[in-house]
Amino acid sequence: MSSDTTPRPHQPSTVQRERIAYRRKRAIRSTLLAALSTAVVGLLLYLGVTGSPGWERVKASFFDWDIAVKALTGRDNYPSILSGLWLNIRLMVICTACALALGLLIAILRTLRGPVTFPVRALATTYTYSFRGLPLIIVIYLFAFGIPGLRLQGTPSVTVLGAAAIVVTYGAYLAEVFRAGIESVHPSQVAAARSLGLSYRRTMRHVVLPQAIRRVTPPLLNDTVALQKDVGLISLAGPIDAIRAAQINQAGTANFTPYVVAGVLFVLLALPLIGVTDWVTLRAARRQNAGN
Amino acid sequence: MLLSCTDVRKTFGPNVVLDNLSLDVDEHEVVALIGASGSGKSTLLRCVNLLTEIDDGVVRLDGEDITDPRVDADLVRQKIGLVFQSYNLFPHMTVLDNITLAPVRVHKRPVPEARSQAMEWLDRVGLADKSGSYPDRLSGGQQQRVAIVRALVNSPRLLLLDEVTSALDPELVGEVLTMIRELKGEGMTMVLATHEMGFARQVADRVAFLDSGRVLEQGPPEQVLGEPVEARTRQFLARIIEAGRL
Ligand SMILES: Nc1ncnc2c1ncn2[C@@H]1O[C@H](COP(=O)(O)OP(=O)(O)OP(=O)(O)O)[C@@H](O)[C@H]1O
Ligand SMILES: [Mg+2]
Repeated sequence: MSSDTTPRPHQPSTVQRERIAYRRKRAIRSTLLAALSTAVVGLLLYLGVTGSPGWERVKASFFDWDIAVKALTGRDNYPSILSGLWLNIRLMVICTACALALGLLIAILRTLRGPVTFPVRALATTYTYSFRGLPLIIVIYLFAFGIPGLRLQGTPSVTVLGAAAIVVTYGAYLAEVFRAGIESVHPSQVAAARSLGLSYRRTMRHVVLPQAIRRVTPPLLNDTVALQKDVGLISLAGPIDAIRAAQINQAGTANFTPYVVAGVLFVLLALPLIGVTDWVTLRAARRQNAGN
Repeated sequence: MLLSCTDVRKTFGPNVVLDNLSLDVDEHEVVALIGASGSGKSTLLRCVNLLTEIDDGVVRLDGEDITDPRVDADLVRQKIGLVFQSYNLFPHMTVLDNITLAPVRVHKRPVPEARSQAMEWLDRVGLADKSGSYPDRLSGGQQQRVAIVRALVNSPRLLLLDEVTSALDPELVGEVLTMIRELKGEGMTMVLATHEMGFARQVADRVAFLDSGRVLEQGPPEQVLGEPVEARTRQFLARIIEAGRL
């Protein structure tokens, strides 16, 4: 019905060629300017820091190469930051998955209508309200030290309890992100799905959630990056993760380099996800601009 | 009688939109709903499709009271197709997936069968080459035809069309009009809300004029549009003629 016009070979006119040349020249100039200003700022920062009166002492207690290597590999009977990091990585993966699942579940519960589901809805709302306000450190203390204090049979280890604290806290944030996504889907989409005979559940599953999740993927990933970093707070509960290992090293050597090592490792771990977040955000923005 | 609305009442707060409205539609009949903007045409269609709960009265489909709260609304909606004024295609699905969603998920038809049926329909309406496109890449007329096909693949007993031509230019109106005439030829029962009197005249067996929440006047298009009995109908048509839409 609609016939596409076949593209003919096209010679750009003189005006267009001139425009292209001008744009290219302008692009080169701004790239050079950017490189130059970056170099100047970098140099000034370097001179400012290394030229400061206390630099030698800071360098010795924060950037000692030997201590870094020792802390990393765990020589001289100190716990190794690297093996502590393995615990962090496992916790990151598990906590992220559980927090996303919990957040989605809570968000769906909060969208339910009708008097029968009122208690569930009220519970879900209370949960998101209280756990978004509660500092994570306090939740970790409550979980890791409070729950074992009950002396119940089969109380899990502090590591599991600390992880649960992280999941519960981040679940509350993620639930609100998911809910914002669900509410951003226009009611006419639900009407269209219901008019086709889809049940409420199928409408959620096939029409509302796919659109909602796509829309909130950038903020979801952003919160996931924050979660990854906050997994380090589990060291407060006692298990020897990268940060706890760094702390033990620091206590033994009276040198802060192990913390710097752990910090660098955390940044490296977060980089891939940050990259993915940027890419997804960019793609979402592009798609929005491409649509009418 | 396929559809029968008796004394249907619908209010939004103090606004009484449908006031003891009664309307019957026979099998294979095409009824056009006309009336001023805000007269409740869309509301009536949504009530029949059970997307909006009525405040009083009875709606029967095939003799069954579908407004009884014990009735499974999902089952009723499977028998009634509704095409929205603003298409409401699912933007995250291709044209083909939009069309096969209900056949596969609701009617549990095998995917290949649902797909080939959808392709047959798309071919009929001249959109076979768009099956893999997303809705935002289609023109208004193309989206409207996809929306109609999406309702049709469920083989509804009754098709409700809400101003299916209002967003389209005259040429695209022609495309959709042709499609609806063909459906009429196949015996589909339809209720369509419209502002296009020409459209109503061409496809409807009966025209019903909505005013103050009820059907004020109804009859064959020549009669209602040509020599209306009620003063309100004459007023309405006079304004339409002024606007050049008859
Ligand atoms: N969800 C709602 N909440 C409140 N009022 C509503 C709602 N839906 C419709 N109305 C009101 O009901 C009345 C009828 O609306 P309806 O959409 O049925 O009119 P219509 O005849 O389809 O008009 P149009 O020709 O402009 O499409 C209007 O006054 C509208 O404001
Ligand atoms: Mg309307």
